[in-house]
Amino acid sequence: MADLTSNFLGISSPNPFWLASAPPTDKAYNVERAFEAGWGGVVWKTLGSEGPPVVNVNGPRYGAIYGHDRHLIGLNNIELITDRDLYVNLKEITEVKKRWPDRALIVSLMVPCDEESWKAILPLVEETGADGIELNFGCPHGMSERGMGAAVGQVPEYIQMVTEWCKKYYSKPVIVKLTPNITDVRYPARAAKAGGADAVSLINTINSIVEVDLDNFAPVPTIDGKGSHGGYCGPAVKPIAMNMVAEIARDVETAGLPISGIGGITTWRDAAEFISLGCGNVQVCTAAMTYGFKVVQEMITGLSDWMDEKGINSIDEFMGRAVPNVTDWKYLNLNYVTKAKINQDLCIECGRCHIACEDTSHQAITNMVDGKRHFEVIDEECVGCNLCVNVCPVDDCITMEPIAGMDPRTGKPIDPEYANWTTHPNNPSANTEAAE
Amino acid sequence: MSDRQPLSRDVQSARLSAAEYDENFSDLHAPLDWHEAKVEAERCYFCYDAPCMTACPTSIDIPLFIRQISADNPTGSAKTILNQNIMGGMCARVCPTETLCEEVCVREVAEGKPVKIGQLQRYATDHFMESKRPHPFTRKAETGKKVAIVGAGPAGMSCAHHLAREGHDVTVFEARNKPGGLNEFGIASYKSTENFAQREIEFLLEIGGIEIKTGQRLGEEIALDQLTSDYDAVFLGLGLKNTNRLNLEGENAPGCEDAIDYIAALRQAEDKSILSVGRNVVVIGGGMTAIDIAIQTKLLGAENVTICYRRGQDAMNASLYEQELAQTHGVKIMHWRQPNSIKLNEQGEVCGLEVETTSDASGKLSGTGEMQIIQADQIFKAIGQKFDSTLLSDHQVELEQGRIKVSDTRQTSHQKIWAGGDCIVGGEDLTVVAVEDGKIAAQHINSVLQG
Repeated sequence: MADLTSNFLGISSPNPFWLASAPPTDKAYNVERAFEAGWGGVVWKTLGSEGPPVVNVNGPRYGAIYGHDRHLIGLNNIELITDRDLYVNLKEITEVKKRWPDRALIVSLMVPCDEESWKAILPLVEETGADGIELNFGCPHGMSERGMGAAVGQVPEYIQMVTEWCKKYYSKPVIVKLTPNITDVRYPARAAKAGGADAVSLINTINSIVEVDLDNFAPVPTIDGKGSHGGYCGPAVKPIAMNMVAEIARDVETAGLPISGIGGITTWRDAAEFISLGCGNVQVCTAAMTYGFKVVQEMITGLSDWMDEKGINSIDEFMGRAVPNVTDWKYLNLNYVTKAKINQDLCIECGRCHIACEDTSHQAITNMVDGKRHFEVIDEECVGCNLCVNVCPVDDCITMEPIAGMDPRTGKPIDPEYANWTTHPNNPSANTEAAE
Repeated sequence: MSDRQPLSRDVQSARLSAAEYDENFSDLHAPLDWHEAKVEAERCYFCYDAPCMTACPTSIDIPLFIRQISADNPTGSAKTILNQNIMGGMCARVCPTETLCEEVCVREVAEGKPVKIGQLQRYATDHFMESKRPHPFTRKAETGKKVAIVGAGPAGMSCAHHLAREGHDVTVFEARNKPGGLNEFGIASYKSTENFAQREIEFLLEIGGIEIKTGQRLGEEIALDQLTSDYDAVFLGLGLKNTNRLNLEGENAPGCEDAIDYIAALRQAEDKSILSVGRNVVVIGGGMTAIDIAIQTKLLGAENVTICYRRGQDAMNASLYEQELAQTHGVKIMHWRQPNSIKLNEQGEVCGLEVETTSDASGKLSGTGEMQIIQADQIFKAIGQKFDSTLLSDHQVELEQGRIKVSDTRQTSHQKIWAGGDCIVGGEDLTVVAVEDGKIAAQHINSVLQG
């Protein structure tokens, strides 16, 4: 069996599945249930400064979007950081870490953006024996209005400054959690690195309104007739998160900076994808909030079985394996020509490929041949766009097949050599040396 | 089965408790609730040029109405259905969807589990009718044209609604004491519960401009000549009348009954316990009526119900689904048996049916000479009906194969007379086909009347 042991920033955990800082990690009771279920680590729900506890709304704090059969695919929330007393949390963290020495326990923090506040809290966290801290620079609602969370995460200079304070007053690893509510995630990541961060974790939740109640015309969740934007998470955000992870992983300035991947991870496959994009481990929240802590058992066994099948012995062996294959559009091979192919034995004749192609693409799929309902690709029209594959309800019924020789669409021979936009004759800023 | 004469004939009413009758004659399929409907609707692939739509005799835009359900718009869904088929509610209950839309559903092809189109259609139409919304269609300005419709069954009422919508004044003449035709008198009780046929008629009449006159028999209270002279057009939705005969001795004996009449009585009986049913029932026939009478006598408390059909399973007009429905209700289906003689007791009442085994090995169906007697307190004939051609005995309207000959527009040989439903050539004995006939005829009548 593959070794799932994770050693992220020198913090060891029996597997790379951590629970993200969120409601599931708010107190010892939940965290210990998670450890019993098999989670490799947790990031304790964000602590704030000493003082009167944070106040949450008393109405609904979550909203959701659904796929078929009320399958939850996106969740948003307007909950704030922990609303429990700081010292109660610190005491529980200390006790849990003692009881579960083999699990990773990270403390998430969010205090005002001044050195004194950080200087005050960091020694208290150090005393708990927790394995590290994660700086919550991502929370997009409530706290950001008070100059914390995403308000810090959106200003690279602040990220660097706070990270530096943390490195100054705390001895263990510092993970900077990034907000996706920015234009280019590489800037905050570079700032974290410049500030001395040991790692970044991403993504935090995305600003969102998941639903408008059309009876009272207010966002959901609705609090007494009003709603505010909340943080969006769950399977629906995974593609956005993976792109941001990849951007940081392949940025020359942040290359090698450890990443903890977060964003809609629900199954072992999601985790494997994040890890292959350069994440040292992953953090999960929505899947646990939807199904309970037991889901980790699927993730552990799934990842292990897949690694066994692939002959991969450790997480490190495939970590970042996909990063070199993430490139810019301009470097994609324009001489790679594919055509859709419909497997007639599998085709159930729903016609979705035809109408998608006919109405919205390249008129390259028949609906009638010799007076009979029949769906077939017209190679002379097919640009190989993949839309038919995506809309087909049958697995593997339509495939994209690379072709060589003559392209029936252009009537021209396909150059077997790699060539991209940078040298293409239609590109006005193409490499002039090549053009001349 | 027994070769011995039964000791006593056992035909009784009130075999069951009130609760058992209620249970047995409640809805065959519980209606889908909101979540079930949504989940089922989400299974639909919204096919291009959907095969289900082509298979529907009334061409309902099935992918669209299902998508409207999945998008929380059951009202719009019902309008999509009713626009093509004003009796979409009844069709949702009685259509043999397993041989129409659901048979060609791509999910039937793919996995043997079609989208439950019939049940979804019922969900949408029930929602609409129960929500007491205004009628979904508005009547056009009155044209002053008058149309007479003979027969208030599915064909006639569909035709009436479409014509009324176009602004014509419609009078429907119905021989029975209430409208509905087979929807009211012929459909198995558990398919149309809670007086649905009448509720649907009431809904349909909301369009305005339709008057129904009951107790009006063609050739008695009303005459075709009079109708063609008093009205601008006439539509005949006469249905079928005469049940085919077995031509066996004892056919008129007590206990040998016409399935159609019994089903009609059963439909009209509010208290099912008044219906007398035999302990041993034999049904002769292989169509939907045979299945309906067999299941319903079983539900009335008959102990042994046997359907005898003279050919094999494949030749049965009843769908496989219906056959299985009968079997799961405990009905025994005997294939390759034809009735040979009716056995009577000393009082001259039915006590058994002698059947002969048949074969088509020679290429032609014939008896093998092997006989067997099935104990029977009641024998039901369900061997088809004929059109009563004496209704048109003055030959103003041309017949073919014993039924009314019509063109594609359902116009008869008489320029002012159209016809549809079971009474026309090629009538398929399906509510949905009758509804379509009425619609097509109405469209043509309208175009003729509008000049």
